[in-house]
Amino acid sequence: MRIETRQEVALWRVLLAPPLAVLAALVLGAGLIIWAGEPVLASYFALLKGSLGSSFALNETLTRSTPLIFTGLAAAVAFRAKFYNIGAEGQLYCGALAATFFGTGLISLPPVLMVPFLMLVGAMSGGAILIVPVLLKTHMKVDEVVTTLLLNFVILLLAGYLLEGPWKDPMSLGWPQAAPIIDEGIWPPLLAKGRLHLGFIFALVAALLAWALMRFTVWGYEIRAVGLNASAAGFAGIGVNATVIRTALISGGLAGLAGVSEVAGLKGYLTLDLSPGFGYAGIAVAMLAQLHPLGVILSAFFISAVYVGADAMSRSTDIPTYIADVLVGLSVLTILVSVMLTRYRIRWS
Amino acid sequence: MIGDIFEILLTAGFWAATIRIVSPLILGTLGELICERAGVLNLGIEGIMTMGAMAGWMWVFQGGDLWGGIVFAAFIGALFGLFHASFTVYLGLSQHVTGIGITLFASSLSYYVFRMLLPDATTPPKIVPFQPYAIPGLSDIPVIGEALFSQTPLTYLALLSVPAVWYVLERTPLGLAVRMAGENPVAVESQGIDVLAVRTGAVMVGSAFMAIGGAFITMSAFDAFYFGMINGRGWICVALVIFASWRPGKALLGALLFAGLDALQVRAQQLAGAQIPYQFFLMAPYVLSIAAMVVMARRASYPKALLVPFRRGDRV
Repeated sequence: MRIETRQEVALWRVLLAPPLAVLAALVLGAGLIIWAGEPVLASYFALLKGSLGSSFALNETLTRSTPLIFTGLAAAVAFRAKFYNIGAEGQLYCGALAATFFGTGLISLPPVLMVPFLMLVGAMSGGAILIVPVLLKTHMKVDEVVTTLLLNFVILLLAGYLLEGPWKDPMSLGWPQAAPIIDEGIWPPLLAKGRLHLGFIFALVAALLAWALMRFTVWGYEIRAVGLNASAAGFAGIGVNATVIRTALISGGLAGLAGVSEVAGLKGYLTLDLSPGFGYAGIAVAMLAQLHPLGVILSAFFISAVYVGADAMSRSTDIPTYIADVLVGLSVLTILVSVMLTRYRIRWS
Repeated sequence: MIGDIFEILLTAGFWAATIRIVSPLILGTLGELICERAGVLNLGIEGIMTMGAMAGWMWVFQGGDLWGGIVFAAFIGALFGLFHASFTVYLGLSQHVTGIGITLFASSLSYYVFRMLLPDATTPPKIVPFQPYAIPGLSDIPVIGEALFSQTPLTYLALLSVPAVWYVLERTPLGLAVRMAGENPVAVESQGIDVLAVRTGAVMVGSAFMAIGGAFITMSAFDAFYFGMINGRGWICVALVIFASWRPGKALLGALLFAGLDALQVRAQQLAGAQIPYQFFLMAPYVLSIAAMVVMARRASYPKALLVPFRRGDRV
């Protein structure tokens, strides 16, 4: 077996890579559906119907895609610079904690100021928690994957302590949850029915801004250069460490916004099950988008549809809901191969 | 307080707990170490440990015997290792992303399989796990006897695998090939040894170790499989490999230190009563792992070709 570099990267191959990867994941996942004794096509149709088949389902899929766009952008921006931030789950909770700290009565501003203020503190706290891992990487060469992963556990325990202790809402009948965000900080719903809220628009704007940042600004150029070849970028006069630190702060900030969005936009208060792994799923979102910020919107919609649809599918069949996580995990692996095939060809000899 | 902690350190129960906690960590750490010495970072560890925990337990729950369960877990682990290696070694894909993908896939697949085979289980069903086996004579030594020689056979296996891995890596031609594949693959290839095969073998063996480490948790430390029960132990093992500077002996020392502090925090938690919330004690292992990496990072000598895919004919 030989791997050869293709002369040029054809656009159609790049565009075809994500659908092919998704198809491959669905084909592999079909084995598990057959094992559950269910018909494959009918089950996938139930998944499709459960995620897009009605205005209620579509609304739910868009709602669930909102945090995934934020965490997907967090991974996409960081991975571009080859800064492997796997801590979006923890940073999401940091954002939610900050929104809860400032948004439950400590400060009261008119909504026009309160909403951006909570976003600001949420993003800042998501970024702040990444300062330790990124400085350890740039100054002591400590691998960021392990530190960001380990911090996820620390932050979740901290949130658990706060929600069971000092921040526990006395009105919550014993559940570990914080006091509700004050009305001025709540993000309004977009439609009369359903849970879709203003956060979806914010997520789209964030994706546009991230795209503009990567495409048109010096910072974006530096991020891409450092990711392609850090030593060459350094030789060309780019401050590699400064770029990596800047990227980390942007990435953590985006993940923090996911937490603000879930607290102020969806739930209204912080609980310990705020995120069913949005941070980790964000990695799949970013990979399927080939780290392109606008592609993140599409792939977040797809991953969200898998989760929402799998819930519906497992209610009507004997297939466990974990099928969604399996499909998401598989698509991280299949997209790696299909993107590789855009740049290389495999010759069997 | 200091006196109380000192008193804990003198009890045999503390040392026995330390040895119990260290067993899965040492297996996972050795597994990761074998992969990394061959030049492959295996971040699939968390998922592979979950898979091993589920597979070994399920084997026994379905009527198989305990050692058969360990072999089965190791086999499944090696299979995931082969999966990892075909991506990272043969296709040369990103080791970071492949590993995270394997972890997401393997852990969700474990839960899927568990739910498929036990759809109605509300309280986790139990198996009869490995029982402690007191080594005649040695187990009568005070303190050390209870701590070291009254453990389950799987613990003995974990402890004995440290010198075994050390011997194979440092004293045999096979070990030399593995280490060179992680340091200078071109030199290995010039000796007529297939770098890709050596790396694949190392990742498979390493992943089998990880899976046995996971199986220890469901088959020796506990008797049931819970969701999320690996709880970051895999990531802690990755940190311990760095702390150990990629040496098996130091890995044992690091894991012992770590397990000792973990056993201590459980007991200190009871001492502190309600003064310090329990969440802060539970944070200790994760914070310690980060601290351990920071302490050793400057002195760590990475395998030179770690993370670098090898393509035949490429000039380095």
